[in-house]
Parts: sequence; structure tokens; C-alpha cells
Amino acid sequence: MSDFLTKYAFLIVPILKVVILVFIVLTVDAYLTWLERKVIAHIQARWGPHRVGPHGLLQPLADGVKFIFKEDPLPANVDKVAYFLAPFIALMLALTSLAVIPFGPQKFTIFGYETHVGIADVNISLLVLFAITALGVYGVALAGWASNNKYSLLGGLRSSAQMISYELTLTLSVVGVLLLAGDFSLRGIVEHQSAGKGVLSWYVFPQIIGFLCFYIAAIAETNRVPFDLPEAESELVAGFHTEYASMKFAMFFIAEYTSMITVSCLATILFFGGWLSPFPDSWTFTHYLPSALLIPFGLWVVFDGIRYENLFGRIMLPGVGSALAVIGFALIVFPTLNAIIQGPFWFLAKVFTFLFVYIWMRGTLPRFRYDQLMSFGWKFLLPVSIANVVLTSVVILWRMH
Amino acid sequence: MSASLVIFFLLAALAVMAAISLIAQRHPIHSALSLIVVMVALAGLYLLMGAEFVAAVQIIVYGGAIMVLFIFVIMLLNAEAEERTNFSKLATYAGIPLALAIAGFIAAAIARSSGSLPAAEPSGALTSTKTLSMLLFSDFVYPFELTSFLILVAILGAIVLAQREN
Repeated sequence: MSDFLTKYAFLIVPILKVVILVFIVLTVDAYLTWLERKVIAHIQARWGPHRVGPHGLLQPLADGVKFIFKEDPLPANVDKVAYFLAPFIALMLALTSLAVIPFGPQKFTIFGYETHVGIADVNISLLVLFAITALGVYGVALAGWASNNKYSLLGGLRSSAQMISYELTLTLSVVGVLLLAGDFSLRGIVEHQSAGKGVLSWYVFPQIIGFLCFYIAAIAETNRVPFDLPEAESELVAGFHTEYASMKFAMFFIAEYTSMITVSCLATILFFGGWLSPFPDSWTFTHYLPSALLIPFGLWVVFDGIRYENLFGRIMLPGVGSALAVIGFALIVFPTLNAIIQGPFWFLAKVFTFLFVYIWMRGTLPRFRYDQLMSFGWKFLLPVSIANVVLTSVVILWRMH
Repeated sequence: MSASLVIFFLLAALAVMAAISLIAQRHPIHSALSLIVVMVALAGLYLLMGAEFVAAVQIIVYGGAIMVLFIFVIMLLNAEAEERTNFSKLATYAGIPLALAIAGFIAAAIARSSGSLPAAEPSGALTSTKTLSMLLFSDFVYPFELTSFLILVAILGAIVLAQREN
């Protein structure tokens, strides 16, 4: 048995990693919808979901069950092949793009096979990511066209035009980082930012223009507010997914949230030092920051839970809270464990911040008008990102001489 | 049979089948989708030969940008499924013999040189992005600049054509 494992480790380990990552990502997607509804509700002075489970924490489960058991009608005269293919294309590509993201610095060995935190570590991972993003538009465009519905078609057309326009900016805004790092590998780009000075060596400071262009274009690429024209409900019912119900609708939904996660990971890696700590290397006491966050948060959840209005909440919340606090204490007791989670901790913290900004923007900003969106993309964002490439090249040349 | 040979035959079969489907489909969108599959399969073949940069650019440029424009135009024009007409006489009497002749020529050429035809070396070093850009900006700088000039002229031409009405 162990011979078999060692021999086929190159096959088994990646499959295991894929299964684990997909499970984690789908769970995070589900709880991202909960977070989004909660945060927007509080921005608008409402409560948000609070019926299913304490603080609505079981709402994603209820939504999942509902998605599975809802009726899935087939509209008349749809193009069947494209209609069924579109949600699969959207979901597959969204999940595939996560395969090249490195989540942490460590290498570890399972069954004698050395591997990284992350699925694939290829030396052109940035290009692979852009290639997958470039294909991502087909899911939305085909869904809009195949539904045989004018609102869907308009949504699909808008989405294709928008994605073509903003993809240029997205790609060009990254060129500055590539020039600085001289590397297409995401792992390499992160390692180039580790000069030991912490936050000061991140690329966000020399590339602040590049970062702003990247983030704006990335929001447009993921079809999120204020660029969610493809599904503008006041004009297009629900845009490209008007005719989709049940699990097929859920697949578009999951694809959208997964691409939000991918884009946040990419912004973290390219401009914010990936898994690197924002503090200088010599500040070793910051290694206790995960514990310093987990223990008070866990205790607060326990304190909040024992006063909760129903019995289920009074059992569940203290349970979750004490589990978090125990994890926090365990990190202090076992320094090796603490060292391992430093990278993923900072990575996830930064990704979470970007996801929160996404939700924050949805609660704050109104939608663009369509012609404003196009002229903003082509006449402002694209020239600025080209100027950023020229400026970065000139500075690099000037420093070399 | 090595793993890379198996992958080669899978990708090649996929590319050929998608290419046949591209011609056989009656709806332009389905044809365009088949073409995308051909492009992605070709990118896989490039990857197999160690040309990773070319593979990624193949998907970004052809699979992403160009085919999205194809699909966009087909959707915008609302093209319907093509209507079959009777085969033209020219296609029957000239097309089939010509197709057979070309197939014969290619088969003969391959059969003749199969002994001496060298398989492309899977050389990661040769086609790494850095080497490629070095070559592009030193040895092949004139063809490179001429191509960019040609593209610029084409862009200007497109703008002139689009602006004519105003």
C-alpha cells in the first residue's frame, strides 16, 4: 500500500489538494454570500439574515438546499447545447484559475513527494491566470445568447464588450509589476517583495497607479458593482442569467464569487506581498498576532453566545467561540505550528480585506451608465495604465545607468 | 507508450475532431465554439513541446481576444443557422479532386521524409520567455517592428473606415 502511494504520489497528492481546495473555496463562497448580506444590511441599517441559525449563520446551508430542490424549467426555443454548457464553462474556469495561486511559502512532503501550499507551481502562472480569465467571458456571453431572451442577450453583449475593454487594462496594469520583478511566476513575484523591510518593500508603493488600474479593471472583469451592467436589474431583469434557475443559477453565482476570490488573491500577490508579513523580519513578537486576534474574538463569541435568544444559539456560539480560542492558545503552545500558519494567515487576512472592500463598494457606490463605463475604460483607464508602463520602464532604465 | 505521447494523441484527436465539427456545424456560434476548442487543443500541444509562453499567448490572444470578437459579432448580427443550398457544380467537379490531390501531396511528402523528419525537441530553455524576448528585440527586431507597423496601419485603416460617415 505504501509502495503504491509513493509510486503514484505525483498523481494522488495533486488530486487530494484539488479536492481540499475546492471544498474550502465552495465553503468560503457560501459564507461570502452570508457576509455580503450581513455587511450590506448593516450599511443600510437593517439586520440581514438572522432566522436560520444564530446570526443567520446557517443561511448558506439553507440556500444550498433550496438551490438543489428548486424546479429547473427549460425555457422554450433555447439553444440546448450552449444553454447547458454556459454555467459549466463559467464555474470550471472560475475554479481552474485558483489552481495557480500560491497560498504560502512552505514546501512539504507527503508520501515522499515534495509539494507546495497551492495546487500548481508553474513558472508562467500569471500568464496562465490571464489565459483562463480571457476564456471566462464565454460562460456569460453564451448564457446570454442561448437563453433566447432579449434581456439575456443584452446582458451577454454588454458583458463581452465590457470584458474585452477592461481585460486590456487588467493586463497592462500588471506589466509594471512584471518589469520590477522580472518574473512571470506568482511565487517569484512574492519572493521579490521580501526585502526584510516588511510593508515598505511591497510593490503597491512603486506601482500605486498600476494597482488602482488593476483593481478597477478587476472589479469590471468580475462584473461587480459599480460595473455590474451585465446584470443591471433595473434595466435587464437579471441580465445574462435571467432564464437560469436552481443549480444552474447557483453555478453562475459560485463562479462570480470564486472569481472575486481569485482577483483578491491576485491583488494580494502582485501588489501586497502575498504571504509576507507587513512588519520587518526582526519583529518576531508579531508572530503572536494570529493568537492575539483569535483568543479575544473567540472569547467575545462565547460571551455573545451565552446571552443568545434561543437554546440552539446558546449551545452553538459558545462552542464555535471556545474552538477559536483553543486554536489561538494552541498556536502559542506549539511554536512550529505558529510558524507554519504565519504565511497563510497574512495571505488570508489580505484576501479577506479585498473581499470586504468588494462588499463595501456594493453597499456604497451606484452603478455606472453604460456609455460612461465604456468611455472610462477606453479613454481614461487604458491611457493611464499605458503611461504607467512607460513611466516604470523609464525609471528602471534610469536606475540601471 | 509514454505519457506525453498519450497526451499528444488525445490533444491532436481533440483538435481534429473540433476542426471537423467547425465545418460540419450549421450554426455560426457552434462553429465558433468548435474553433475555440481547436485553439485550446493547439495551446496544449505547444505546452507539450515546452513552449509555455506561446501556449499561454495562444489562449490569451486567439482563444480570448479574437474568438470573443467573433462571438460578439455573431451575437450582435443575430446570425441564424445557415441554409443548405444545392452543391454548386464547381465544388463537385473541381473541389473534390483538388482536395484529394492536396491530401495526396501531403501524405506523399510525409511518407517520403518520415525517416529524416526530426521531431521537434521539447526544449524549455530555448523557448523561455526571456530568451524569446531577447531574440525578438535583437536578431528579429526588424520583422518585429515591421509587424507592429503593419498592425498600426491596420488600426488606422479601421478608424478611417469607421469614421467615414461623420
